[in-house]
Order: sequence, then C-alpha cells, then structure tokens
Amino acid sequence: MPPGKAPAGALLRSVRTVFLKDWRSELRTRYAVSALLMFVVTTIAIILFSLGSEGASSDALDGMLWVVIFFAAMSGLSRTFVMEEERGTTLTLQLAAPPAAVFFGKLLFNLVLVTGINAVTVLLYALFINGFVIRTVSIFAVTVALGSIALAAASTIIAAIIARANTRGTLYPVLSFPIMLPLLLSVIEATRKASEGAFFAEAGGEFQLLISYIVVVVVSSSMLFEYIWKD
Amino acid sequence: MVLKITLGVLLTAVIVFGIGLPMSPHPQAWYELPVIPGLEEKARIIFFHVPTAWLSVIAFLTSMFYAIRYLRSRDLRNDIRSSAAAGLGLMFCILATLTGAVWAKFNWGSYWNWDPRETSIFVLLLIYGAYFSLRSAVEVQEKRATLSSAYSIIAAVTVPFFIFIMPRIMPGLHPGSKGDPEGAGPVIDFKMSPNMRVIFFASLIAFTLLFQWMFSLRVRAAEIEAHNQQRG
Repeated sequence: MPPGKAPAGALLRSVRTVFLKDWRSELRTRYAVSALLMFVVTTIAIILFSLGSEGASSDALDGMLWVVIFFAAMSGLSRTFVMEEERGTTLTLQLAAPPAAVFFGKLLFNLVLVTGINAVTVLLYALFINGFVIRTVSIFAVTVALGSIALAAASTIIAAIIARANTRGTLYPVLSFPIMLPLLLSVIEATRKASEGAFFAEAGGEFQLLISYIVVVVVSSSMLFEYIWKD
Repeated sequence: MVLKITLGVLLTAVIVFGIGLPMSPHPQAWYELPVIPGLEEKARIIFFHVPTAWLSVIAFLTSMFYAIRYLRSRDLRNDIRSSAAAGLGLMFCILATLTGAVWAKFNWGSYWNWDPRETSIFVLLLIYGAYFSLRSAVEVQEKRATLSSAYSIIAAVTVPFFIFIMPRIMPGLHPGSKGDPEGAGPVIDFKMSPNMRVIFFASLIAFTLLFQWMFSLRVRAAEIEAHNQQRG
C-alpha cells in the first residue's frame, strides 16, 4: 500500500497498531512512566523544600504548576522517537507503517502519557502545596485538558526533529520553549482566572487561543512529519 | 547599480529628514512634524526601530518560504537561502530589541519590563537561537537542511500568535496595544501626520531594499563557499 494513499479505515487501524506497539513496550519496561512520575515527585519536593514554611503568592503558585508540567513533559516525551533511534528500529517502522500512521500513533501515545502525568501532577500539587486554591473548577479542568492536548501536539513534532539530530537531550527544551510559549502563557493566564474564581465565560479567550493552537500545530506537523521521518 | 544608488539616496533622505526635521505642537509648514503627546522627540525612533522589527519578520517569512521550497525540491541552494535569511533576521531582530530597549529606558523608565511586544520580540530571538543551535547539532548537510526547514515552518505557524495577535489583545505600554488611549491598531493609522508617513514608508522601502541587497550578497558568498568545498 503506497503511503498517503491508504483509505481512512486502514489508516486508523495502523494508527492503532503503532499506538498499541508503543503502549506494550512501555508496559514492559515502564521507563517513561516511572521517569516522569519520579521527575514530578522530585520537583514538587524541591518546591516544598524551597518554600519552607513561607507561603508563596497564589499567582506564583499557579505559574509554578505549569513550570513543573512543562519540564516533566520535556524530560519524558521525546522518548517515543528517541527510543526508535536507539534501538535501531526506525528503518523497520518506516517500512511497516505509513508516516501518517506513525505520527498519529505516537501523538496518541504521548497524549495518553501526558494526560495521565498531568492528572497525577495536579493531584499531588493540590494536595501538598498550601495556598494553591482553585475556585472555578470548570475552568481549571478544561485548561488542564486542553493544555495536555496542546503540549502533546507540540512536543511530538519537536521530538521527531530531535530524534534525528545528534544531541538529543539538551536541545529538546531549547527547541520546544519558543514553540510552546503561546500555549504556556494562555494556560497560566487561565489557571490564574480559575484560582481567582472567575466565571467560566471569562476564560473563553484563552480557550479559543488554545484550540486554534492545537489545530494549527497538529495540521502543520502532520504535513511536515513525512519529510522529517523519511530521509 | 540602480539598486545601490536608490538605496543610498533613500537611506540618506530618511536619516536626514527623520532626525533633522523640527517638531512643533501645531505643524504649519510641510517640513514640521507634529508632536505626539507622551512621545515627543522620542517618536523619531519609529523611522528606524519599526523597519528593523519589520525586517526581522520579513526575514523570518523569507526563511520559511525557502524552507518549504527546500522540502519540495531537496535542492540545497534553497537551504542556503533559508539559512542566509535567518541569519539576517537574527541580526535585525537583535537591532530591534536593542533600539527598543534603549527607547523603553527613556520612555518607560526601564530597559525591559515584559510588555507583550517585548515578549514577542524575545520569542522571535529565541526561535532564531533555537534554529541555529539545531543547525549546529546536525553534521550531515541534507539532514541539517531538512530538520531546520521543518523547524522553521513549525515556528512560522506558531509565531503569528505572538507578533500579530497577542500584542493587540493584551494591555501593554507599547504604542498600539490594547488600552492605548488613542486606540489599538497599527500606529501609522492614527498617530502619524502625512509627512511622517512619507518618511516612515520611505524608510520601510529602504530597509527592505537593504535586506534584499544583503541577502543576495550572503547567498552568493555561501554558494561560492559550497562550490569550493565540493571541489575540495
């Protein structure tokens, strides 16, 4: 089957296959999940130690939550593509599946991973950080959900680029940060509104920005992925 | 040759008239520039600062244009153009940041205070920085061209959020932000008198021509270098 010409049903099946492949290999080693969880726990512990008995302002704590989430994503999400390079399975995967299936399969895997990790992060953060209060839960829930999707979308394409370059670890946050700033600024602003107890409609602007960001990034990266993936 | 003479005349005129023309509260003669409340003599920066910022965006779009052409044709000459445009863009971006920071010191009291405009130029700087660190991290020429092309396209689709949307919808100090008492929108629409507009657009044209000239010089130099490397 020539790549790109596959009917929608076949494409969906291969997306699912790529996703399940990553899912199973993750379950076997639990590398990404345990690394990410430990990262989140360590970072929150550092925040707790550095704050000591002093409280920080609510604004600072809202922003700090996203600092934890951003760097957690940076430490684990490049794994899906870097793993293929390290094991030398890139070539096999190039032959076995059309590029679109690989991209959306990996995107789905990163999405599941980042949503799970963000849920745990938010839970731990709310439990242990005093002074972090969310007054409008609906805004916060939508923000975390949209933020996770946007984070997964942007980090997947950068991970694909980074896996092909020679220095993988250090370059990942450097390349991701400017791309992710629109998303970070709007989720921080929305979180601030949620903790101030604003009405749901007041965060509408941020949600529109996030949704358009997700659409723009997913569409452009699905078009570019084929060029990055095939030499 | 025609390009160089036109450029010389235009730039000289912009510098002489932009700095030399007197400002008066009630302009009568053609050569008198109006005084803009809150900006006064400091308004003259618009003839030089805005064109550099404009060029850093034009260079970015040029870089993206050649990045797309590279991915379509896999012709390394397009990659040379893409990276040459990005290099010039980085230079003009630094110039716009520095002139803006100096102006901010005199107008707002500090060199940097995270106005939405300052955030957006900072992001542009970061993207240029990331682009060149990605290029230096890849050894193989074709691979470097492909990856940096892909990155510059991804960056180009996310940057409009900063350059065009955010500074207009967020309150800020920069002229033309939301909350500016005279309205949000491009400054030329509501603050500039006709004679200021003539100088401003002459400056934009001159800087764009300057970019065109520097760009062709860099491309020619890079092509000769690539040619020499091939011959060993």
